[in-house]
Amino acid sequence: MTVDGVESQIAEWRAYVAKAPAVDGRDLDELETHLRDQIAELGAAGLASDEAFLVAVKRMGDLDALSREFAREHSGRLWKQLVLRGEDAPAHPSTGWFEAFAFAAAAAIAIQIARIAAGFPEESPVWLGRNIGLFVLPFLAGYFARRRELDTRRWVLTTAPLVLLALVVNLYPYAVDSATEVLVALHLPIVLWFAVAYPYMGGTIESHERRMDFVRFTGEWIIYYVLIALGGGVLMGLTAAILEPIGIDVERLIEWVLPSGAAGAVIVAAWLVESKQHVVENMAPVLTMIFTPLFALMLAIAAITYAVDGFAGAFDRELLGVFDALMVVVLGLVLYAMSARDPSRAAGLMDRAQLLAVASALVLDVMVLISMVARIGDLGFTPNRAAALGLNLVLLVNLAGAARLSLRFLRGRIAFARLERWQTSYLPIFGLWTAIVVTVLPPLFTFT
Amino acid sequence: MHIDKDLVAASATPLVLAILAEDESYGYAILKRVRELSSGELEWTDGMLYPLLHRLKRLGYVTTEWRTPPEGRRRRYYAITDDGRAAMAEQQQQWQTVARALGDVWRGSGVLASALGDA
Repeated sequence: MTVDGVESQIAEWRAYVAKAPAVDGRDLDELETHLRDQIAELGAAGLASDEAFLVAVKRMGDLDALSREFAREHSGRLWKQLVLRGEDAPAHPSTGWFEAFAFAAAAAIAIQIARIAAGFPEESPVWLGRNIGLFVLPFLAGYFARRRELDTRRWVLTTAPLVLLALVVNLYPYAVDSATEVLVALHLPIVLWFAVAYPYMGGTIESHERRMDFVRFTGEWIIYYVLIALGGGVLMGLTAAILEPIGIDVERLIEWVLPSGAAGAVIVAAWLVESKQHVVENMAPVLTMIFTPLFALMLAIAAITYAVDGFAGAFDRELLGVFDALMVVVLGLVLYAMSARDPSRAAGLMDRAQLLAVASALVLDVMVLISMVARIGDLGFTPNRAAALGLNLVLLVNLAGAARLSLRFLRGRIAFARLERWQTSYLPIFGLWTAIVVTVLPPLFTFT
Repeated sequence: MHIDKDLVAASATPLVLAILAEDESYGYAILKRVRELSSGELEWTDGMLYPLLHRLKRLGYVTTEWRTPPEGRRRRYYAITDDGRAAMAEQQQQWQTVARALGDVWRGSGVLASALGDA
């Protein structure tokens, strides 16, 4: 066979390998060079070029197995369950939607029953707000437990924390207008979200890669949920505008549709993330690229302004809430950006922007902590102050670690994986802290 | 001799790290060195080396660089880092422990002798 013949065979081979989504252009170059080296050596040993090509391709191995290996390693490039599922288990996209729909409907019905029992919106008993997550997120946990085909032991481990939380939250004897009760209402959904992580990761909580997948899932779930909420808002606004003139009581209609829609959308959004991953996959890097520098700039300005002027009179409970929300958002953005980043890429401008954001948040956090400690020194502990102090300490350690590691990464001392590892190792601490607020803080402050 | 697939997979990382500790290298040359070291007994599927190398890169055990040597193809070279050396030392200890334990028990019970007799 002619040299051109082998060239065209190599080109065909390359085109075939290129179909695997987890193999990028540079990997292809590398594999092709390998193939050419092998052909050259076999040729030198006396094989005809077409024979050499066949042997070289055979030695390279089964291409499906190879692309699966690539997908496993570069799960950031693509983390489709379809690819990771295994050798020959077929993906069943057709059964997926029905499962999701069933769980979404169950959540929608559960929230409706709760609403009617509470008499919302005429009355709004405290228990409704306190339990709101428990009417929805267990269905999400169930959805993932089914999807990941968990065994009985893992089903039990999925259910146990949910039952435990439901008991704790409802058996505690809260005082009237209790601050701890409000704290529980705020933190319970987050604890439940961490409980969903267990079935999401298929019961393998030790795996740092799966933890990162869960971070990615969370970010993308938020995007989908916001999109669905926007669409739902437009739909409801238009429905109201059309039905109002003919005398239909739109408000009563919305009372029914809104809670069920919001609850069902939680599961539908999760299903969308699971099955339509590649759609958002392209969005995640773009979104983080837009917002990371903007947040970094805003935080840097805030940090400098407050560092120069001090908090003085400005620091009160409301501002504290804003700061905490800001820092949680920044951390979320950093985590999400991390999950969308190709870990093998060298340090770039975006990593500098991220370091600026983290460092500024760190400065703000330290200042918040100082004024908070002063406040606690003057006025003593309350449940709110204890919760805020704990959150800020947890954030402080995380931000300090992240800043230190990303500085070392920018200097080329360590691999990006170390930075990733720090964040994925730290995730359980957030879960633990929110769990403490829900379970330990109320009795500590005698349910006031 | 056929070497069990799991054993091949388990030994891949320490072997690659050790080869890179000798000198920086590229995929094809690493595979040739593996064959050489094992007198052709360790048969790897060529392609599988690359995901492994990329994993070592992600863990910070190796660094990579594209280079074109004089009279050669453009290749991605891999060089071991300090973290990589540390990981290799760790693996070395583990393998030595396993080898020692197996050696002791085989010497003691004479299994090795009978296994060799069967072969």
